[in-house]
Amino acid sequence: MATGETFPLDPPRPRALPVPPPIGETAMARRLLVAAAVLFLALILALPLAGVFTEGLRKGWGAWLAAFADPDARAAIRLTLLVAAISVPANLVFGVAAAWAITRFSFPGRNLLVTLIDLPFSVSPVVSGLVFVLLFGANGLVGPFLKAQGIQVIFAVPGLVLATIFVTFPFVARELIPIMQAQGAADEEAALTLGASGWTIFTRVTLPNIKWGLLYGVLLCNARAMGEFGAVSVVSGHIRGLTNTVPLQVEILYNEYDFVGAFAIASALAVLALVTLVLKTFLEWRYGDELARSARH
Amino acid sequence: MTTASIPSRTAPTGFALRRLRDLAIVATAFGVVLGTTIFARADTTLLNVSYDPTREFYKEVNQAFAAEWKAKTGETVTIRASHGGSGKQARSVIDGLDADVVTLALAADIDAIAKTTSKIPADWQKRLPHNSSPYTSTILFLVKKGNPKGITDWGDLVKPGVEVITPNPKTSGGARWNYLAAWAWAAKTYGGDDAKVRAYVTELFRHVPVLDTGARGSTTTFAQRGLGDVLLAWENEAYLVFDEFGAGKFDIVVPPYSILAEPPVALVDGNVDAKGTRRQAEAFLAFLYSETGQSLAAKHHYRPSRPEAVDKALLDRFPKVELISIDDPLFGGWTKAQAFHFGDGGTFDQLYKPAR
Amino acid sequence: MTDLTMSPAPARPARSLVTGVLPGFGLAFGWTLVWLSFIVLLPLAALAWKASGLGIDGFVALLASPRVRAALELSFGAALIAALINAVFGVLVAWVLTRYRFPGRSLVDAAVDLPFALPTAVAGITLAALFARNGWLGGLLAPLGIEVAYSRAGVVVALVFVGLPFVVRTVQPLLADFDREVEEAAATLGASRAATVFRVLLPPLVPAALTGFTLAFARGVGEYGSIVFIAGNMPGVTEIAPLLVVIKLEEFDYVGATGIAVVMLAVSFALLFAINALQHWTEKRW
Repeated sequence: MATGETFPLDPPRPRALPVPPPIGETAMARRLLVAAAVLFLALILALPLAGVFTEGLRKGWGAWLAAFADPDARAAIRLTLLVAAISVPANLVFGVAAAWAITRFSFPGRNLLVTLIDLPFSVSPVVSGLVFVLLFGANGLVGPFLKAQGIQVIFAVPGLVLATIFVTFPFVARELIPIMQAQGAADEEAALTLGASGWTIFTRVTLPNIKWGLLYGVLLCNARAMGEFGAVSVVSGHIRGLTNTVPLQVEILYNEYDFVGAFAIASALAVLALVTLVLKTFLEWRYGDELARSARH
Repeated sequence: MTTASIPSRTAPTGFALRRLRDLAIVATAFGVVLGTTIFARADTTLLNVSYDPTREFYKEVNQAFAAEWKAKTGETVTIRASHGGSGKQARSVIDGLDADVVTLALAADIDAIAKTTSKIPADWQKRLPHNSSPYTSTILFLVKKGNPKGITDWGDLVKPGVEVITPNPKTSGGARWNYLAAWAWAAKTYGGDDAKVRAYVTELFRHVPVLDTGARGSTTTFAQRGLGDVLLAWENEAYLVFDEFGAGKFDIVVPPYSILAEPPVALVDGNVDAKGTRRQAEAFLAFLYSETGQSLAAKHHYRPSRPEAVDKALLDRFPKVELISIDDPLFGGWTKAQAFHFGDGGTFDQLYKPAR
Repeated sequence: MTDLTMSPAPARPARSLVTGVLPGFGLAFGWTLVWLSFIVLLPLAALAWKASGLGIDGFVALLASPRVRAALELSFGAALIAALINAVFGVLVAWVLTRYRFPGRSLVDAAVDLPFALPTAVAGITLAALFARNGWLGGLLAPLGIEVAYSRAGVVVALVFVGLPFVVRTVQPLLADFDREVEEAAATLGASRAATVFRVLLPPLVPAALTGFTLAFARGVGEYGSIVFIAGNMPGVTEIAPLLVVIKLEEFDYVGATGIAVVMLAVSFALLFAINALQHWTEKRW
């Protein structure tokens, strides 16, 4: 499996570097490490995935494709894309702001703030849905008021968006904080002494430095936003063709013993994640040099 | 994302403005999409909030009713369906899901809606014939082909080496009927000796290796994962498994004694009056009692409440079982049974002791 | 006298609670607080408000219940084990993915995020199918007397799956941005490879790995969708705390449900806070 060639670090940069001195592990150690990692991933990741695809393709490609012809399935896909398209940018803006405040400044309560940002992860998805019901439900704190204004939050799109934002809340911030912490503020401070404005510092110095972390954060956030099941299940109301997202549609099909349909749509979510990752690789390849250059300016 | 992060070297402010404008366009586009998906439904739409095992049945009923209503009145009516665990569905209605009609697994769940909201009157169960239950069901056993463990009655479930699959009575409406059916059999068999009844139920749950959260989860555990020797199931679910997983793999065992499960239906007055859909919603419920509705119920292995409206051939498929009602003095109705058996600290909590 | 009044105040900067020279603190901090309050704090306040109906006695009774305690122990214990496994293997996977080239590397890299994209219910169903007695892996393990599906081990397996991307994806960008010069300098100065790895390369990864561990742990504590399919849900044995919340809700007992949720939240919060403080400390240390 392992050919054991030392792989350069950052895809764009090494092309510019001469062959590094022999500082890698021995070939044996490399092979062992790769083998251990691949074995672990095969057990934990590849087998379950293979299971999903085998189930989905049990009756061939025709049945796999047929699962997407169902109008309810299409409505679910549209809804999921819509929800992700609102929640991910919202959390992106928040994540950058939070990481900036937390890593570039020191203030009392900083650890508390970081912990509060993590909090949605430790809230059970069941409870994440429930809290919005407690707020916006017919017997909730603000639900009756909004209802009187004709605004329906839960059992409608806004509720699904809120629950998704809640569940994916920490992703971008948590991805950026360790990176920006490790990089330190020296580059930005240098730019400041050279007279750059805040916006210029951010777009020209910070963004190029955090680009990969940001991208990972967004990809994770997006994957989770599309795959979230527990929280949206509570606020959705499960109305067919109207408030069912893809994961809920998968559950419905599974519960109708339509295993092929359920796993076909689930495997499509997996494919979607793969596509975004391929897109990421493409962007790295396409813009890597340009970004690396501007980062050194 | 990354394209956005490429710094514009020439005019940072112009760049920022352009991004803002793009953002505004995207936001507006989403607003329009949102608006159209939510509000662009002018035709009458009814929402039927139901429990899990009725999906296939209501799929047909909804179409049949829409066709009949169109023929009768010329109006187009769309029936949207929402399915889930009975208790969860009731909670959604309590929390504001705009159901026109609810068709749930237990009277207790509709009672909960009536009690916590003013949307359903307290005497809802008297408004429609047959306790508001257009169809009934019961609990049967599903075993492996040839019945290798020789299970014929409730007493056989606690024989050594027998594994029983049932969902969790705390989370599944169907599992509550399973539990009560077992209780009723024991009460009858042991002549009301409370200690023996409790011993039997305790022993029964020692034979349960997995407690799924819903009826369909249990069916999959039994039929797909191959776990357990006998599945306690709704009558209609047992036949559905027969159809879905192949008749060659399983046998249905009909115990001589079981429970009469009455899944009730109700109009949600508060919602239909707010939406102006009372006429259609009432017609929908009446349709369930019509000849077509009753025949569809029988076709999907629900026992019709008006057998006289249904073809005899369909009726003959239902095995003869002696059935005990939830209103029997043994249980004293759903409100009492719910609190006594399934409430916090009820008999299930007292008796449940896992084998492992 | 005059001199005294005229003399300028000592040039001491106004003592500010906020330190840092860069601009944008107000905007960034303000937006963070607004968004945090709206999305997280307000809803969680609603939770606490509902749970307060329980009263002190209610909470004590809740925590005294052996079933609740068993469920909480299982949820926290399994999440801890799974997060530890993920911390070790996550760093290994990130290391291998960023530093070595082997066939299929980019595919493996792409696949790491999949546990997020797959709905948790699908993950649970698939894992249960794999590890059941008639499954691919379960069939191999059953003769050895190992039962994963419908046991506590199943809970851990599901949580390892669900939490895997956290550690990999927090460590990976750091490794990718790692300065080769440091490593070279260490090698040039005569450090052995092991010394370079353990004293130069790995220590800076500790904060990121801790972050990943924290997130995987936090996520594992609350996980519901995948576990209910593989755990077996036997009260007192394989019943997780979030399932108890669902059971309380089935009884229309919102107060009890939110009570358990608040207990879980409080314990998680304390643990997260401790780990974040530890992480802050390790950052300062190296």
